[in-house]
Amino acid sequence: MNRFFDFFEFSWFEPLIEVGSSYAEQIDGLILTVLIIVGVWFLAAEYVFLHFILKFRAKPGRRGEYIDGKNKRHKRWITIPHLCVLVFDILIILVSFRVWHDIKMDLPEDPDAVVRVIGQQWAWTFQHPGADGELDSPDDIFTVDELHVENNKTYHFELQATDVLHSFSVPVWRIKQDAIPGRTITGWFEPTRTGEFDVQCAEICGFGHGVMAARVMVEDAETHAAWVAANTPVAAASAPAGATPASQ
Amino acid sequence: MVEPAVDLTHGHAHDDHADHGPQGWLKYLWSTDHKVIAMQYMFTGMFMALIGGFMAYVFRMQLAFPGMPVPGFGIVSPGEYNALVTNHGTIMIFWVAMPVLLAAFGNFLIPLMIGADDMVFPKINRLSFQVFFVSTIVILASLVVEGGGFAGAWTAYPPLSADSTYNLTPLGSTLWVIGVGLEFVAFLLGGINFITTLMNSRAPGMRAFDIPIVVWMIVVASILFMMSVGPLLAGAIMLIFDQTIGTGFYNPATGGDPILWQHLFWFFGHPEVYVVLLPAMGVVIEIITTFARKKLFAYRTVIFTIVATGVLSFFVWAHHQFIAGIDPRMANIFTITTLLISVPIAELCFIYIATLYGGSITLSTPMLWGLAFVAEFLIGGVTGIFLGAAGADIYFHDTYFVLAHFHYTFFPIAIIGTFAAFTYWFPKMFGKMMDERLGKWHFWLTIIPFNMIFIPLFVLGMGGQHRRIYNYTHFPELAIDIFQDMRIVATVSLLIMLAAQFIFFYNCWKSWRSKEKAPRNPWKANSLEWTTESPPPHGNWHPDRMPVVYRGPYEYNVPGREDDYWPQNEPK
Amino acid sequence: MRPIATTRAATGTATGKLAVWWVLASEVVIFGGLLASYVMFRLGHPEWADAAAVTNTWIGAFNTWVLLTSSLTAVLAHQAAERGDGKQAAKYLYCTIFGALVFLGVKTYEWWYEISHGYTITSNGFWAFYYTAAGLHAFHVIAGAVIMAFVARDAAKGRELHRVELIGIYWHFVDIVWIFLFPLLYIAK
Ligand code: HEA
Ligand code: HEA
Ligand code: CUA
Ligand SMILES: [Cu+2]
Repeated sequence: MNRFFDFFEFSWFEPLIEVGSSYAEQIDGLILTVLIIVGVWFLAAEYVFLHFILKFRAKPGRRGEYIDGKNKRHKRWITIPHLCVLVFDILIILVSFRVWHDIKMDLPEDPDAVVRVIGQQWAWTFQHPGADGELDSPDDIFTVDELHVENNKTYHFELQATDVLHSFSVPVWRIKQDAIPGRTITGWFEPTRTGEFDVQCAEICGFGHGVMAARVMVEDAETHAAWVAANTPVAAASAPAGATPASQ
Repeated sequence: MVEPAVDLTHGHAHDDHADHGPQGWLKYLWSTDHKVIAMQYMFTGMFMALIGGFMAYVFRMQLAFPGMPVPGFGIVSPGEYNALVTNHGTIMIFWVAMPVLLAAFGNFLIPLMIGADDMVFPKINRLSFQVFFVSTIVILASLVVEGGGFAGAWTAYPPLSADSTYNLTPLGSTLWVIGVGLEFVAFLLGGINFITTLMNSRAPGMRAFDIPIVVWMIVVASILFMMSVGPLLAGAIMLIFDQTIGTGFYNPATGGDPILWQHLFWFFGHPEVYVVLLPAMGVVIEIITTFARKKLFAYRTVIFTIVATGVLSFFVWAHHQFIAGIDPRMANIFTITTLLISVPIAELCFIYIATLYGGSITLSTPMLWGLAFVAEFLIGGVTGIFLGAAGADIYFHDTYFVLAHFHYTFFPIAIIGTFAAFTYWFPKMFGKMMDERLGKWHFWLTIIPFNMIFIPLFVLGMGGQHRRIYNYTHFPELAIDIFQDMRIVATVSLLIMLAAQFIFFYNCWKSWRSKEKAPRNPWKANSLEWTTESPPPHGNWHPDRMPVVYRGPYEYNVPGREDDYWPQNEPK
Repeated sequence: MRPIATTRAATGTATGKLAVWWVLASEVVIFGGLLASYVMFRLGHPEWADAAAVTNTWIGAFNTWVLLTSSLTAVLAHQAAERGDGKQAAKYLYCTIFGALVFLGVKTYEWWYEISHGYTITSNGFWAFYYTAAGLHAFHVIAGAVIMAFVARDAAKGRELHRVELIGIYWHFVDIVWIFLFPLLYIAK
């Protein structure tokens, strides 16, 4: 049945925000599914509500009815909708499960690369694997407030925080994950649109929370390779493992 | 009328249990009369609403016109912005919604509606307000101490809240925790009073299902509060220790865990939203039945739904933490419980609608507020479903979509519900009638701007705008003109709404001054409070004529009766 | 004449007793939250056992005995009050207060010893919980003893005898909390 909901998977609110990752449309589709289900209920409820208000206005000579809602015939009017709500709830739960599963529980194996994202008051540090594709090797590229990734590649990210909670959020990718000091949280993304996008910190982290902005640069293979080449630390070849972060 | 008009001011009711304490205005400070305490809570709440509203004004101005000095405040620095948002949220929930809906109306209505002369523990009741009053002073003081007010959001997540090298408000954050903790203590004291009063002091003849729903709601809310706040109180002690003596309960470096606080906070935080929701729901039921002249549809089902909501509300807390680093499998469980809670609440909403069916509806000011509550709350409710679906919450978490969701619940509760209750019981509280024409102006000039504030914020949230950010010009995707226009629309609407509150205050003042006295039962309602004078005397009724109850409170338009209402205390 | 609300009892249980039960209900969740947090942490930190090993089980056991005995005298006070013997009730209550004082005295010695050996509240997570939980409990012991002193004073004059039972219920609760604290903080090593 879940396949049925693939039908909804398109980016219907693109005018507000672009779609830039492999799973963004899944989230948008879930939102649309919920919107349709609760939207219909909401409109129906408001309609009946307003209709009754208009229809049953006090008029001279007409008395209100006496309905205590105790007998089955009357109670039906709330128990049937109530059961329907339950059914629709289950529907939403199922669709939501699938999306949640794909994004937060199923970590794709063998990613093309791993990046490390470190939040601190009030900047993001990104550790790129560099040319060798391995983290924590001398050719790692460290940047501040600028993440460079290659389009259409699967990435794992390792999220860390050094002081307080932060939250790594890239709205075009529909991704968000809190960073917690003392832990490393792994997640994944796959960018599907080249360009330059906002990173916001989505968890209040002190006075500078509002300026903790960064950018992701999603580049095609060539540009990305060029960027890696241009930014590989000079000392990378000679320095031992765990080299000092290079400023670019 | 059953109750003969007796002049109670000289009756012995007064001396029987008058306080032999201080006289003059001090009398009001030390009164143990539940009505006086209700007024104390109400006016403190009203005062705090103005402060919370002023804060909203300042930070909304900053968002609409970033960097410009805000008239009446000045330039808003990032730290000040965060402090304003934090304390706006804290004040609106703990110093407006709870004191007004729970404490003020709880105190005023419970004894009157169950036919008692006062709470069972008048002195504890007074103590409750006094503790609350101290907490109010503490929270206000926290705003002006050196370093400024606490700026770590009303959720106060550590390590930010626990360590002043991170939050930079050493005094403000500790005072904030102390203030909130004291407020909790005040409501625990008050809650014990509410619960025991309802259990033990009902008028003769009043069975469980003869109790007006609003009383049920307030008492169930008090129980919810009592059962959920404990762990957070323990957590608050730990937080204060972390802040002041350097323990490491929430510090990962010393073996603590910051997520612990989130669990303790939301284990309380989610039931808390129903703590404020239920009284407002109850108020609306009283108003709708009175002005639709209809019996409440399925009284018992209402009780079952609130009990179901209350029980379920203890099992949904982690839906605030979907992406906070909890085990992703846990998110699945909480998605289920969160969505299930929509079932009893939906049922309650359907009951409102069903109650209107076949009624004889008068759109008085209180009725307008009551109906608006239902219409607007539905928006807040259904948007909660988006957030409850964990997959969608990945995107929505901490965006303005969440913000608009909970303002569409909180505003109907704390502002619309309060105005509904206030206008409905104003005659009883102050013995005067309010002006209907002014009331309606105030209504429309509050409701329309309200929607104009928060609908744009939904859209901004869908556009990826996150909360608690003082200036969106740092984010190219959010700095576009159309988004800025929406922010300006929201802010201008807020200005209109704030201006409209002058109509309300003028209306209060004018009615207060008018010579015309309110009758005992201006709305021809059934519940017991309408059988005594407006305002009720000390002791509420003449001690020899305490009401006796013969039926439930919603017997409107009973077939075969001439009157379209049937007061609870009228013998067959 | 007393106020009307206070003298009604629709449930058949006296209002004061109801209120005490509700107070206890709200206290249970406070201690429950604290202890649940502690247990979760303890499970995640096996090394806390080293710190727990420092606590003196014998002193803890002695204090458990003191509290249990004081609960017994609280029961005896209640029985005396039921008989209407305010004087006797007050005497038993004073015994209970004496128990509380012994408990606090022992606790003071214990803490003094531990603190002077460098185990302070900031030492590590175990000690943070140890002092917080036991401290919160001690605070309840103090509050209970103070209230009991007032109740005893009234009872001695034959007034408000029903309060003897109420403070007794509260005292049993304080006792039970300790019954949870003792194994969690002292025995589990
Ligand atoms: C009184 C206030 C109040 C109320 C009543 C609610 C009610 C609900 N809330 Fe809300 N919520 C808040 C106040 C409130 N909330 C606050 C303050 C926050 C943010 C805190 C912060 O981070 O600062 C928040 C945040 C919040 C989140 C976390 C978002 C995030 O931070 O990522 C979630 C997620 O599940 C959620 C869900 C719900 C749900 C499912 C309901 C349900 O109870 C709603 C049920 C009602 C209905 C569903 C409507 C009636 C039903 C129908 C018309 C039938 C049709 C419906 C279906 C078919 C399902 N809320
Ligand atoms: C009950 C709760 C409540 C209420 C009523 C409001 C009311 C308003 N809120 Fe608030 N808000 C919160 C609870 C509430 N808020 C919370 C919890 C947060 C999160 C804080 C955080 O992130 O930490 C928040 C955050 C918040 C933000 C987010 C800031 C950010 O994240 O950067 C914004 C932004 O626009 C906002 C706007 C407003 C506005 C414009 C109103 C207006 O509706 C205000 C208008 C006020 C009035 C019109 C007052 C009228 C009342 C009277 C005159 C008294 C009547 C009294 C009696 C009759 C007794 N609020
Ligand atoms: Cu980092 Cu907010
Ligand atoms: Cu919630």
